[in-house]
Amino acid sequence: MAETTGQPERESSVATDPPLVEITGLRKSFDAVHALQGVNLTLAQGEVTALLGDNGAGKSTLVRCLTGVHPPDEGEIRFRGEPIRLNSPDDARRLGIETVYQTLGLIEDLQVWQNLYLNRELTTGFGPFQVLDKKAMIAHSTEILAKLDVNVPNVRATVRRMSGGQRQSIAIARAANWGKTLVIMDEPTAALGVRETAAVEALIHRLRDSDVTVLLISHDMGQVLRVADTAYVLRRGQTAARREIAKTTGDELVGLITGAIEGDAHA
Amino acid sequence: MVDVQAPGRGLGGRLSVAAAARYAAPIGLVVVFLAFFIATPNFLTLGNISDLLVSAAILLVLAMGQQLVVTVAGIDLSVGSNLPWSAAVLGFAYTQGWGLAVSVLLALLAGLLVGVVNGLLVARLNMTDFIVTLGSLSVVSGITLLLTQGNTVAVNSAFLRGLALNGIGPVRWFWVVAFVVAALVGFLLFRTRTGTYLLSTGGNIDAAREAGINVSRIRLIAYASSGLACGVASVLLVARTGGADPSLQTDLLLSSIAAVVLGGSSLFGGKASVFGSVAGAVLLQSLINGFTLLGISQYYQPIAVGAVVLGAAFISRFQK
Repeated sequence: MAETTGQPERESSVATDPPLVEITGLRKSFDAVHALQGVNLTLAQGEVTALLGDNGAGKSTLVRCLTGVHPPDEGEIRFRGEPIRLNSPDDARRLGIETVYQTLGLIEDLQVWQNLYLNRELTTGFGPFQVLDKKAMIAHSTEILAKLDVNVPNVRATVRRMSGGQRQSIAIARAANWGKTLVIMDEPTAALGVRETAAVEALIHRLRDSDVTVLLISHDMGQVLRVADTAYVLRRGQTAARREIAKTTGDELVGLITGAIEGDAHA
Repeated sequence: MVDVQAPGRGLGGRLSVAAAARYAAPIGLVVVFLAFFIATPNFLTLGNISDLLVSAAILLVLAMGQQLVVTVAGIDLSVGSNLPWSAAVLGFAYTQGWGLAVSVLLALLAGLLVGVVNGLLVARLNMTDFIVTLGSLSVVSGITLLLTQGNTVAVNSAFLRGLALNGIGPVRWFWVVAFVVAALVGFLLFRTRTGTYLLSTGGNIDAAREAGINVSRIRLIAYASSGLACGVASVLLVARTGGADPSLQTDLLLSSIAAVVLGGSSLFGGKASVFGSVAGAVLLQSLINGFTLLGISQYYQPIAVGAVVLGAAFISRFQK
């Protein structure tokens, strides 16, 4: 690859580390619909990679393949150089891949800390007599949010009382906290106002600074230019192009998405 | 109350209504107690309150099971026939001479069985809760009639009589049973992982599933618990009436749902209040008790109970 990521040395630093995720020739069909027809994509460790494409280009299907919701028909996903097979969301979760869906996946009537620890509750006691360790979870939740500078006044308030930006931030913080390797975000700012969008983008920057790899699906070119390092464009289920953000423009990306500019990365 | 939340919600007027909705049952309970206290000197006496709480115990246990089902956004209509069914099994086993311990155990299992079947149909086969439990309400009622030939089975047990009449000093055994059941449900809901999953499954089933929670197992647990609660309540019912009456208990079914709604739990799931449901159950029983004391015709009781429930539903519209 032309691009070498100037990452700080990880534990096994022989020559070059393999990229975090390397997808080659991925295909997935639903009956007559060929959603993915040979997608190639590489996620470099610690970078923000944007995934672009018009509606129906295959972005969501690709994400679902990567999160174990839909096992791909053909092709290979390598994780840190090892080929992996993701058969369920649990498989992905075990590898430290977390996803923030547009629906956010928060339980409105539960408190912030309960949402941060959903299905990962800390308990005390043993065997069948396990009791929730509320104190520890509340304390850690405050730390989790503080570390990412997420502005939530009280982790004991219910999510119902949070603004859209706060909810998004909580969902991202949760994913980032458990997603030790990769955090996938599906249009994280689609429903947000200007100020809240800025806060979420700042949060993505902080994730990147703490060496979390991010795959960002977005329709907002300005946002992609602001937060991403690399962009992949999907068109009709194929990888149309890969661009480094530093060397591209919003117009070029839009052209690649619509097909006005012919892609150069056909599989 | 902690109030440092998102801006743009400062609806002062609404907050008090919302608070009233959340505490509808306790507030209503106080109002009803005051009203009956003023109306008759016989209401607020130790003896009457003691009996009131004893008769509330059966409803309370049923309401605790209903609470768990409502928490996962479901409803259990089979309570109306599961209760007499479990009681009939107790009566049947007892008259067969299998001993009280075995009979009680079988009654609990009989209730649990109905709950498990409901749960499997709702959670595993994704059938509509309302229809499933309406169906089992009817089926179980028929099986009960077949088992008993429609006759009330007398259960003449000194132990059960003692359970209904005695206690530790002034504390009656029925209260103890009801308290333990309520405490267990409260513990389950708010102190264990399973409780968080129950609330999550009811609050947002898609999000719960995405988080990796086995939502169908959680829904099964809720219905099975409600069935088990019917089993426990059936033992109390047999102890109180001295026999197993196979007829449908529609009043208790409706009251069990009403108690939960009065208590501030949302029928859309995700919100539970054990304290509220307990207060709701006692409130409904107080209405009946007070009306009887005042000599008001029995026919007014369902009207009063229904009016209270409608009032609670009306107030809960303001709860957000």
